[in-house]
Amino acid sequence: MNLTLKIWRQKGPKDKGQMVSYNVTDISEHMSFLEMMDVLNEGLVAKGEEPVAFDHDCREGICGMCSLQINGEAHGPDRGITTCQLHMRMFHDGETIYIEPFRAKGFPVIKDLVVDRTAFERIQQAGGYISVNTSGNTQDANGILISKHNADLAMDAASCIGCGACVASCKNASAMLFVSAKVSQFALLPQGKIEAKERVLNMVKQMDEEGFGNCTNTGACEVECPKGISLENIARMNREYLKASY
Amino acid sequence: MKTLNSKVPEGPIKDKWTTYKDKIDLVNPANKRNIDVIVVGTGLAGGSAAATLAELGYNVKAFAYQDSPRRAHSIAAQGGINAAKNYMGDGDSNYRLFYDTVKGGDYRSREANVYRLAEVSSNIIDQCVAQGVPFARDYGGLLDNRSFGGVLVSRTFYAKGQTGQQLLLGAYSAMNRQIARGKIEMFNRHEMLDVVKIDGKARGIIARDLISGEIERHSAHAVVIATGGYGNVYFLSTNAMGSNATAAWKIHKKGAYFANPCFTQIHPTCIPRSGDYQSKLTLMSESLRNDGRIWVPKNLEDAKAIQQGKLKPLQLSEDQRDYFLERRYPAFGNLVPRDVASRAAKERCDAGHGVNATGEAVYLDFASAIERYGKEQAKIHGVHNPSKEKITELGEKLIEEKYGNLFQMYEKIIDENPYKTPMMIYPATHYTMGGVWVDYNLMTTVDGLYCIGEANFSDHGANRLGASALMQGLADGYFVLPYTIGDYLAKEIRTGKIPTDSPEFEEAEKEVKDKIDFFITNKGTHTVDYFHKRLGKVMWDKVGMARNAKGLKEAIKEIQEIREDFWKNVMVSGSANEFNQELEKAGRVADFLELGELFAKDALDREESCGGHFREEHVTEDGEAKRDDKNFAYVAAWEYTGKPSEAILHKEQLTFKDIELKTRSYK
Repeated sequence: MNLTLKIWRQKGPKDKGQMVSYNVTDISEHMSFLEMMDVLNEGLVAKGEEPVAFDHDCREGICGMCSLQINGEAHGPDRGITTCQLHMRMFHDGETIYIEPFRAKGFPVIKDLVVDRTAFERIQQAGGYISVNTSGNTQDANGILISKHNADLAMDAASCIGCGACVASCKNASAMLFVSAKVSQFALLPQGKIEAKERVLNMVKQMDEEGFGNCTNTGACEVECPKGISLENIARMNREYLKASY
Repeated sequence: MKTLNSKVPEGPIKDKWTTYKDKIDLVNPANKRNIDVIVVGTGLAGGSAAATLAELGYNVKAFAYQDSPRRAHSIAAQGGINAAKNYMGDGDSNYRLFYDTVKGGDYRSREANVYRLAEVSSNIIDQCVAQGVPFARDYGGLLDNRSFGGVLVSRTFYAKGQTGQQLLLGAYSAMNRQIARGKIEMFNRHEMLDVVKIDGKARGIIARDLISGEIERHSAHAVVIATGGYGNVYFLSTNAMGSNATAAWKIHKKGAYFANPCFTQIHPTCIPRSGDYQSKLTLMSESLRNDGRIWVPKNLEDAKAIQQGKLKPLQLSEDQRDYFLERRYPAFGNLVPRDVASRAAKERCDAGHGVNATGEAVYLDFASAIERYGKEQAKIHGVHNPSKEKITELGEKLIEEKYGNLFQMYEKIIDENPYKTPMMIYPATHYTMGGVWVDYNLMTTVDGLYCIGEANFSDHGANRLGASALMQGLADGYFVLPYTIGDYLAKEIRTGKIPTDSPEFEEAEKEVKDKIDFFITNKGTHTVDYFHKRLGKVMWDKVGMARNAKGLKEAIKEIQEIREDFWKNVMVSGSANEFNQELEKAGRVADFLELGELFAKDALDREESCGGHFREEHVTEDGEAKRDDKNFAYVAAWEYTGKPSEAILHKEQLTFKDIELKTRSYK
């Protein structure tokens, strides 16, 4: 396949940035999207030009490092996957592909397609944990019985990879799907009940301070989430928040 | 010259750790506040260590090259974590876990370390549950277990196919609690580029801020390296793109011995490669071997037809298939250890029985499991005389519950539905058992410098069993290092803050800056990846699954040539003082080019076959690995003297008092 790529280039946080056009040729349909980007970069470096900076690491859809808004969609046109799992068979010969960073006030651009997602870190630090020391002197693991139903729901919520696709997809740049995934995981488990109130209040407070918007139930986040985190988690977080507030 | 002292405590193996803990020095809480510890790498080992050290009261500075500790490659571990809980009542015990690990490692690990690992394994599960890790449970609300390769019990705890993710997020949450308290200072997007030694002790590191490019000095009373393995020396592996050996290699060059580099694990169940553009290989969890059966066509003609796309696997009847693991190893069948399974697959593919266009793939088939589970589910749900379709439907549903995310991952990459047609798999580099040499305290041969997790060599011998990496990472970080480091730091309570303006910091920083300047100013002709791919090809072809003296000697020479070429002709774009991913790669590949040579040298030196190290000259009559306990029951710890080719070998003799040394058999 031969493709035209329109890619966002931005030298640094203060640079204005612009879309730049590139051509790539002989792209195999079996390549992953990021391998196609590797081919582009290899060519740019060989020509003495600066390669396009983009975040990536595990390349198997679990570390949450890769991002990219591809043709206007977080992680591209396929569903239930991250950009690194997207394959070129989703595109056709001669197509023009638009590649931009995840855009949100809470995610300032570092360079080109790389954004700063440390706002997520600060939200987790505000309460995304259970206050138990790692001494190993806890009770036997089977001493805490958890229904399979709740354990499974907690696992579904916990499978969030913190990539930020939810924020990038939301017209309000809301981080509620991300925050609610952690709040839900612990709200569904007996271990998390003790600090439930402080947790939801502190995490939501931090989320607001980071400049993320609110949820207006559009559901774009759920559609674009590579891990299928459900909107029900936002509903659960809202209930937790109300319980904690009054 | 330093002699190796493993510092294994005296006494019976069952009591060593307990007695030892009772006697080591402790640091009182007030003094801990005046002691700084640097932790480099924040995966399972580093993250858990950072959290625990901070809880204890030390001031921790933690470093990660990604934008968050949650991104470390521990997150990609799929299948599970072992623990000798014996919840299944199937005869498990600390001793049996210890025995399985030593045997699985082909008798090349240190007994005392492995026993300690088995001993603390149960604590890990208790701890993780307390942290809110959502392990799989059964309908009664109790924890569920499954079985992994090389063992006869079910002792593996899991969270779907995302166990590493959940355990890492557990350690990450423990870290976050300490970051919020100010006890951990987290340096994201930072890379350690050297260690600083003062009077023979590790006193700090030089790190690069990967966003600004600034070179920073950080001091501490002890430094912990937890930066994972060196599998990316092969270019293609299941490691993350950024996984690198730089921290481990830099400390090696500053005096830490590097042990058993040739012990590298080639994992049997990975998605086969498809083309030259390939950037990495994807693992399919070993847990799949619980239910999947591995086979190739019995007849060469059928294999050829399949390779050419003229025949489909479902067209072959049972008697036209060769379930080669079940045939060769009836006792363990599809659940033989990884090294054995990988070699068997390679043997069949080399003989021409491979099942994809490249001839380098075997089938992993779930049809029998789907039928078996389907029938079982039909009974459970009270479906009488279920149709074939109903059985398939119910069976597929259960398989999806167990491995859904893996099947989805496979389908996205290969574009075939693995519920309906067998998966194709092939071995790929996955884990490195070798690493920085450490004593019982997890201290390297440099005082105050520790190494934990995959980065060290200690627990897995020549082959690691499935679901043991997560166990070791968390054992080291939560339960071992926090004790043993105290014994060292107890002597540091009068040291005071360590200044960073000493000549030693000055010199280390200059060295780092000079190297970066070289890369930026060198007007080369080839990209970093070009050299990395060349190195990877030599490693895979000559230092891969099967090795021989001739190939290894050639590899050493070729790696030296590539390295020479690299330092003349490497081309790095951009500048030093900015976000520059090419520059990051250049430094990492420079280190791989040295490590690769030591790796081949170690493989050449070890004139036996054991675990992941298979020398074609040393095989039994039926083609199995032939160990040489008389001459090679030792840890090869290499001392750096200026060039990898001139490294000096130190031997730590291994003694087996609690396990009888015998030939590993899975027949």
